[in-house]
Parts: sequence; C-alpha cells; structure tokens
Amino acid sequence: MLEEIIIAGFGGQGVMSMGQLIAYAGMLEGKGVSWLPSYGPEQRGGTANCSVVVSDEPVGSPLVTSPSTAIVLNNPSFEKFEHRVRPGGLLISNSSLVTRASKRCDIEIIEITATDMASDLGNTRVANMILLGAYLGFTKVVTCDSIIESLKKVLPEEKHHLIEVNKQALNKGASMIPVIGQS
Amino acid sequence: MGKVLMKGNEVIAEAAVQAGCKYFFGYPITPQSELVAYMARRLPEVGGLFLQAESEIAAINMVYGAAGTGVRVMTSSSSPGFSLKQEGISYLVGSELPAVVVNVVRGGPGLGNIQPAQSDYFQVTKGGGHGDYNIPVLAPASLQEIVELTSEAFDIADRYRTPVILMGDGMLGQMMEPVEFGERNESELPEKKWATTGTRGDGAPKIITSLELNAEALEQRNHKLQQKFARIKENEVRYETYKIDDADYIIVAFGTVARIALNAINKARQQGLKVGLIRPISLWPFPEKPFFETRDRVKGYIAVEMSAGQMVEDVRLAVNGHAAVDFFGRTGGVVPTQEEIYQKLLSVSGGITV
Repeated sequence: MLEEIIIAGFGGQGVMSMGQLIAYAGMLEGKGVSWLPSYGPEQRGGTANCSVVVSDEPVGSPLVTSPSTAIVLNNPSFEKFEHRVRPGGLLISNSSLVTRASKRCDIEIIEITATDMASDLGNTRVANMILLGAYLGFTKVVTCDSIIESLKKVLPEEKHHLIEVNKQALNKGASMIPVIGQS
Repeated sequence: MGKVLMKGNEVIAEAAVQAGCKYFFGYPITPQSELVAYMARRLPEVGGLFLQAESEIAAINMVYGAAGTGVRVMTSSSSPGFSLKQEGISYLVGSELPAVVVNVVRGGPGLGNIQPAQSDYFQVTKGGGHGDYNIPVLAPASLQEIVELTSEAFDIADRYRTPVILMGDGMLGQMMEPVEFGERNESELPEKKWATTGTRGDGAPKIITSLELNAEALEQRNHKLQQKFARIKENEVRYETYKIDDADYIIVAFGTVARIALNAINKARQQGLKVGLIRPISLWPFPEKPFFETRDRVKGYIAVEMSAGQMVEDVRLAVNGHAAVDFFGRTGGVVPTQEEIYQKLLSVSGGITV
C-alpha cells in the first residue's frame, strides 16, 4: 500500500491537523508515514495544504505532486488540485464550499457537505473530521480508532473534552460512504 | 521512548540536546525557526542556556566564546543568516574550536525566499569564509538520520577541534516523520586540555586565538590545519549507495532530493532501466570511492540538485572524464519532482528499449 495524499483548504479549516492525524495514526499502526506542509508566505484567507504519505514501506519522497487522493475544502484548492489527482485516484470535496463539480471521469469523486453537517453537530470546526471520516471509510488507510488514539496523544489534557465531538464527526463522515456507494 | 512524530527542525534540536549540547545562541529565520523555539523551551530543562542573540553575527561569536571553554555548543540559521556567520566560522577554524553550525537552506541568492534549496553547497563545502579551510559537512536525508548525524557532528567537532556543519533544506526542516531517540553511542574523545576554564594558579594561561602576525608561524599553523583536513578526508567520508552494482546510470543526489530521486529510480527500474543512486552524506569530505569503483563501467552519472549545479562539480572531479556527467536541477525554492527526474533519466539514457 502506498497512499499519497494532498489536503488543501483555507488556513484555519484544519487541513494541517487532518494530515498530521493521518500520519500519527499511520505511525501508531506501524506504517511508514511522512507529513510535509506547504509553508510559503501564506496569507489569511489564502490556501494551505499538506502532503501526507502512508506506506507499508519506509517513505521515499515526502513531496506529493500527483496524489492518489486529494481532499479539498474550498474552491481555490479544488482549482489547484483537481487536475493533479492521478488517474484511478480519489477526490473528496467539501461541497458546502466547493461550488464546482469535477468533470473528470477517470477518478472517484466523493462530495460531502461537510461544513453544513458539522454545523448540525454544533461545531463547524469539525468539518475537517467529517471529511477525514469519509476518506477513511472509503480507503481504510488507517482506522478511525487510531485517529482517536492520536487525538488523545496530540491534544493537551484540557482539550480532551473535544474528543467526543471529533469522534462523532469522524463517524458521521464514515457513515456517508455506504450512502454514496448506493447512488 | 518509542517512535514520536516530530518536525525536522525539532529533531535537530532534540538530537543536539541528547548529544550533550547545553548552549545555543541563535536568531530566528524561516524555515528553521522551530529549532530556535525548541531550544528556548528545552535547554532550561537540562540546565543549559538558550540565548536569542541580537543578530547572527553576535550568535556565532557567542558560540566562539562558549566553545573556547570546551562546552558543546550550537547555532543554527538559514541561508542569509548563515552567510552572516561566515566570519565567525573562519575564526572557529583558525582557533581550532569545536562547534556545530546548522544551515537549513532556503532559496537564494540574496533574501531569496523561504522555500527549500541546496544552493549553499559551494558555501559550505568550499570554505565560505576567508582563509584556507574546509569544514566537515553532514547532509541527512531523513529525520531518523538527523538523530544519528547530529550526534556524530558533535563527536567529529570534538575529535578534530573543528566546527562541523549540518546542512538540511526547508523541506527537511518542516516535514514530520516518525523518529526514535535511542541510546547514544558514546565515542572515545580527546580530553579538552586546551579549554580556557581558568588556570587556578596550576599552570600557564591558555590562549585561544586565530591571530598570528609572524608569516612563517602562520604558515606552520596552516600546515597543521591542512594535515588535520587530510585526516578528516581519510576518516570521515560517509555515503550510501542504492542498486549501483548493475547500474548503467547512477543518479547522484543528497538530502531530501535523494529521496525524490529514489522514487524515480524505482519507477525506472520497474520499466527495466538499470539505474542506481549514490547519496553523499558527508558533502565535505566528498565521497570519491563509489565513483572510482563505478566510473569505468557505467554509461553516465546524473547529478540532481536544488541548485543551478554545484555538487555536480565534485562529481566531475571524482569521475575525472571516465564517464559522462549530466545534471538536472531546479532553483529558487522549486523542488524537482519524481516525474521530472524520471524524464531526465529517459532523455539521458535514450529511453526504454524493450
């Protein structure tokens, strides 16, 4: 297994944390992982992205240019990364904010209204975890349990009360997959 | 302790602390600022001292002062800040003081940008400051290798009384990867009898200086330094090779670029192209041996760098006309992709013949 992921969105949508959680969870499962942020002179409201590699073997290049999966959380990220997904790959988009639909026929496309769904959960900031849940539900790269385990390690004690809503968001995202599969 | 997920810059800092470095003088600059921040938090925990200097020039001279007392000391910066340290580095060499200087290279010249680059290769391997000198330069390609090489950098510094440069790039500094801090191998090191820690009335004063006004005496000192550089060349060469035994073409790359090249090599191998990799780990002394061993049987070498072509000159010197040497590089903070390297391989080798 070699999964090369790009996650992109506005600064503040939690794209960096999503990537770190996948890497952390992969490490807990004994896989080879790397996480590389785009760290250019970013501006507020601009796009941020990270490359994550999860592999059964030690990671070669940490830099992903043609991802097997792209998760895009806003329009600029869709514009930038939709065409880069390699044929046979996967594009997950947050259709609450991404208004364009992909015309590509050679990749799997999953659209999730993550920001709206997160709002239903009472916390729009967990939109990233809904997308992450859907991604893991579809690809099973790491388990949701490993993600929760990672959250416990990454979050300081005083933030542990947030784990529950993150868990709900993950599960909600994962539960979307059978629904999408039927459509 | 098990594996932890950390940023490259933080790994350099933690590895230094574990190698016994208790003193850090530096000034923040992207893309290595996490190193400075980590030291600020960590060194007080181990009874050490962190000081943010007013400039890079001040920092390297504080390093000079601390090194003179025989303690393990480090400074770090990125390209423009590293340039500012050159005078101090030359003084460290001239005074034979051990210290570790980190350069997390970014795009240049000038202020350039904050993206990854390797374009300080000439500066780190061919001097950089004034006077006749070379400094051991270690270039890790992974975060786990940072742990090992940071520790070795301090040992080499103490063994030869020389500054040692640890060279990474913005990508290595910013990326996260699992690392494990195991037990350090304590190596046998000479006692620092030269350190200026006060005589307490039990001996003559010790003097640490690079000043020598008598020309013959300074030449003698230079001879001594050259002998030391020769010993380092003899003993401190480090490199790694990958699938070079049957290779028609060998890519030469160091640091993170070597990892991208490795992906391209694996892809080419799947297509039946016989390609291998030489990865210099010590940039000075440059590993000549793997070239001497392969240059009469391979069709060519391709140096791949994040520069306009700097290491390629050392490759040409080592190959010395025995085989073709080609080059592919990206500059200004652009990282070469696996696909670009693969395409370069195809064009150099004349493509795949089935």
